[in-house]
Amino acid sequence: MMLLATLAPLQAVVFALVAIGAPLVVLTRDPLRQALVNGIYGVTLVCLFVVLQAPDPALSMLVVSGIAYPLVILAAVARVRGERRRPKETKDE
Amino acid sequence: MSRRVRVALLAPALLVLGTLFAWAIAGLPAFGDYRGPYGYVLNRIVVPLRHTTNVVMATTFDVRGIDTMGEEFILYASVIGVTLLLRDESGARRAERRTRRLRSDAVRLVGVVLVGVGLLVGLWLVAFGYVTPGGGFPGGVVLAGAILVLYLIGSHRDYRPFRNEHLLDPLEGIGAGGYVVTGLAALVTGLAFLTNLFGFGTTGTLASGGSIGILNAAAGIAVAIAMLLLFAEFLETYVVPLEPEDVQS
Amino acid sequence: MSYLPYAVAAWLCLVGLAGVATSKNLVHLAVCLTVTQSSSYVLLLTVGYVDHGKAPIFKGVELGTPAVDPVVQALTLTDIVVSVVVVALILALALDAHRLSGTVDPDRIADISG
Repeated sequence: MMLLATLAPLQAVVFALVAIGAPLVVLTRDPLRQALVNGIYGVTLVCLFVVLQAPDPALSMLVVSGIAYPLVILAAVARVRGERRRPKETKDE
Repeated sequence: MSRRVRVALLAPALLVLGTLFAWAIAGLPAFGDYRGPYGYVLNRIVVPLRHTTNVVMATTFDVRGIDTMGEEFILYASVIGVTLLLRDESGARRAERRTRRLRSDAVRLVGVVLVGVGLLVGLWLVAFGYVTPGGGFPGGVVLAGAILVLYLIGSHRDYRPFRNEHLLDPLEGIGAGGYVVTGLAALVTGLAFLTNLFGFGTTGTLASGGSIGILNAAAGIAVAIAMLLLFAEFLETYVVPLEPEDVQS
Repeated sequence: MSYLPYAVAAWLCLVGLAGVATSKNLVHLAVCLTVTQSSSYVLLLTVGYVDHGKAPIFKGVELGTPAVDPVVQALTLTDIVVSVVVVALILALALDAHRLSGTVDPDRIADISG
């Protein structure tokens, strides 16, 4: 921790990674792939929070981008695709 | 508004917004040149006053405790919204639910280990939140994730008790209600809402911080249950892949 | 140079907004909104950063050691967790729209309802 505080170049690198990651998330148009890219972007944010001396938000971001976001997004994608593939006729089975 | 109009409007709008941002940034103190008094003050006074070594948690649950209560209610409101929006469909399909059983023992073994590790890490994050980094908010998400792995390695039926309203609703009540009750307890004794009125204990141990520990646990429960309800609502219909072969098996 | 971190926060906000406006899929739109929201985390933590400051955790650290602002970290912490349920609510609305109109393309939903 002490070491990180004095390493401004490291902070610059992580800021750059975050700045590059955001357009990649936006430009990934397929939601399924986007969930993955968003996870990677989340990890760069975790790194940023760590180099900004914020362990609590880093932990929060880690669990949210590792567990909560992918799950909710993937479930939504799966539901949209599932309904598209399997139209109404199964309702009366 | 058609797509082309939208994109055409977007470019100048972003340009204006970007200019405003640049203007605002020019007025900010340089990066690392922190001017505000609150950070310095809190870093100085919280440990002697509240005996909690994690100043962030003391800020969350004591100094701005009433804001955090508001955020817990945002959790509540959103989960209620998701439930209302997704429920009717899931109710209609509940009868036809079938689950693909997980057949690989190796995956199941890894899952069992993950559940144990996840629960342990989650509880540890919640419990020590006000001593070391962590706290009820990330801890609650990890707990919900661990319980979710139970659902993944078992069949869907094994997961059902966790989304049983008779079990989850009281727990969610304890989570959000416990927070409010702790605040009201201070009112009863004649102090302001959410005043920290318990003993502050020994610095750096679990027995420190007074009501911060209680509020932290309440937030942990509320977040874990809210996430669980959320996951359950989303997965409810997702777990209906209902390929014809599944129905027959 | 020392203003670049703020510029990153502004950049994230603009990129996210551009994604929201040009999105062809409501699920994609919700994720773009999380990018916009992430700019608020970056801005908050950047504003509270103190040069050579340490994390505001005083477990085994002498009191009075320079540390970064805990207030913005507390704000960010709750913000992140709350953002999950907000995204979930938006996705639930998207699924509802999909159920009613059979599409997740915002333009085609507008056509159907209009």
